[in-house]
Amino acid sequence: MNKISLVLLIAVLANIPVTQAADIIGTVTLKGTPPPEVPYAPLMNDSTCSAMYTSTPTTHFYVVGLNHELADAIVSLKGVTGKSTGANQSPVVLDQKGCLYVPQILAIQTGQKLMVKNSDSCIHNVHCVPAVSGNPESNQVQMPGGPDLTYTFPQPEMFMKFKCDVHPWMFAWVTVFDSPYYGISDKEGKFVIKNVPPGKYTVEADHRKLGTLTRDVEVKDSDVTVNFTFDVK
Amino acid sequence: MSESVSVKMNRPLHWFAVLTALFTFLLLGAGGLVTSHEAGMSVPDWPNSYGYNMFLFPPSQWIGGIFYEHTHRLIASGVGLMTTILAMWLWFKDSRKWLHWIGVGAFLLVVVQGVLGGLRVVLADAQLGIFHAIIGQLFFVLTCAIALFTSRWWLAQESSPSDRINSQTAAGMTALRRLVLATTALILCQLIIGATMRQQHAGLAISDFPLAYGKIWPDTSAAAVQSYNEHRLNVIAENPITAFQIILQMVHRIAALAICVLTVTCAWQARRRLGKKDSLAKLALVWLALILGQILLGAATIWSNKAADVATAHVLVGALSLVTGALWFIIAFRRSAASPEFVPATTISGAYGASPAMTANK
Repeated sequence: MNKISLVLLIAVLANIPVTQAADIIGTVTLKGTPPPEVPYAPLMNDSTCSAMYTSTPTTHFYVVGLNHELADAIVSLKGVTGKSTGANQSPVVLDQKGCLYVPQILAIQTGQKLMVKNSDSCIHNVHCVPAVSGNPESNQVQMPGGPDLTYTFPQPEMFMKFKCDVHPWMFAWVTVFDSPYYGISDKEGKFVIKNVPPGKYTVEADHRKLGTLTRDVEVKDSDVTVNFTFDVK
Repeated sequence: MSESVSVKMNRPLHWFAVLTALFTFLLLGAGGLVTSHEAGMSVPDWPNSYGYNMFLFPPSQWIGGIFYEHTHRLIASGVGLMTTILAMWLWFKDSRKWLHWIGVGAFLLVVVQGVLGGLRVVLADAQLGIFHAIIGQLFFVLTCAIALFTSRWWLAQESSPSDRINSQTAAGMTALRRLVLATTALILCQLIIGATMRQQHAGLAISDFPLAYGKIWPDTSAAAVQSYNEHRLNVIAENPITAFQIILQMVHRIAALAICVLTVTCAWQARRRLGKKDSLAKLALVWLALILGQILLGAATIWSNKAADVATAHVLVGALSLVTGALWFIIAFRRSAASPEFVPATTISGAYGASPAMTANK
């Protein structure tokens, strides 16, 4: 290509607007006083499980920081489906440790593997109870030191329950999305939804006890901040 | 029903029938504990237990919820065996053909019940759990009825009815029998509601009593239910509650009140018609005491935040309430039928029919 053509090409390219994906970031907070957490009394009545604790653990329905930051809120783009990259993602791990599921709130994509481990020295059964048709219910034994159990789900679902019937206080809630556009608020209440293509969206924050909040945003070529404040009624 | 020739009592058969009924009651308690401890799915396979033959599953593995579910299965196997023996014993050693078929019915019902329990686990179907609970209660009624039918008292009513209701009273007893039957049917409906509530696996839909969320009738709007769920922190049975579940519990409370009024009426009518020393009048008082105890247990279930032992006691007293009503009706019918002037008001007596000449203890 001669020099004149190269200059013309550069000039043309410089005038084509280039858009980039951006992140949606924000903070989730809680207004009001949540009810006090409940001690896992049945856990302490179990000789195998209680041996792993020096004091009675409590539930974590509301994980609230000193500045009212709220953890475990699932933040996602509402109505975005058919964009799953789950099959190409690393598995997400759900562990059974101290006769509790760890973490209790997690999110995966459709087609993405969820690996359930048993790090305890006792039997658990992993009982997955979906509410959405198409996601299979299953109930499997997991012996101590046994192989990991692997799950995938074809349908999006909010807060699908995983439980252990041997230890009926054990729960985890897995949310399945049909896109990669979601995040979970951490202990500082912060969340990130990465690489969102430009456009107008409704961002939805869901908390298992507090319900749902939505905000409308427009993503252009820089990060967008959106915050949510849940109210305890 | 009538046996034209008196049948001699088979004492061992009768006591075996009583034992079967007692073990069935124990089984109801074991099953109640399974649901109360949310352990119904703790043994994922059936008829094996964690891959073992269920009779060889090591006791060291009976941990947590497995203990309740596995012992329930073992007791159920025992009751199944006892029912099979009872059915065969009735068939070969009791001369009453109608009782042979009741024995066969009990056998078939216990088989159905066992399969239902297994399918509930294998198919992970909570709806089957409701049927399993109800059929368990009905099976208990059947075993108690068999114990009654093999009793000395029952057999004596034909040859020398000591407990015959006189003709003057018999005419008025029809209305009372119908009232008892209707009350028993309402108790059965109440048990169905209770079983449905328990299989929601959502804990207590209403956490206070006698009010409901501080009111006579609770607010079931979406906002109110959301607020209830925000404040409910359950360690087990952590499903969010719904307006339907709240209303279901209110229906359960109202039905309890209706049953209480009806059993008071039954007890009063029985005393008035039969006299306070009559066994049926006394049984009606026992029935009333059971219902009052059941209401107290229902309240205690709520006040204790559905403590497993309290909730299971509530299930068991419910079963006793159902059986007492059923047996009261059967006994009353039998005593009225023994009256020479008795003319059945319904075609129920046709179900029993006159049997051919019998010999005792073939």
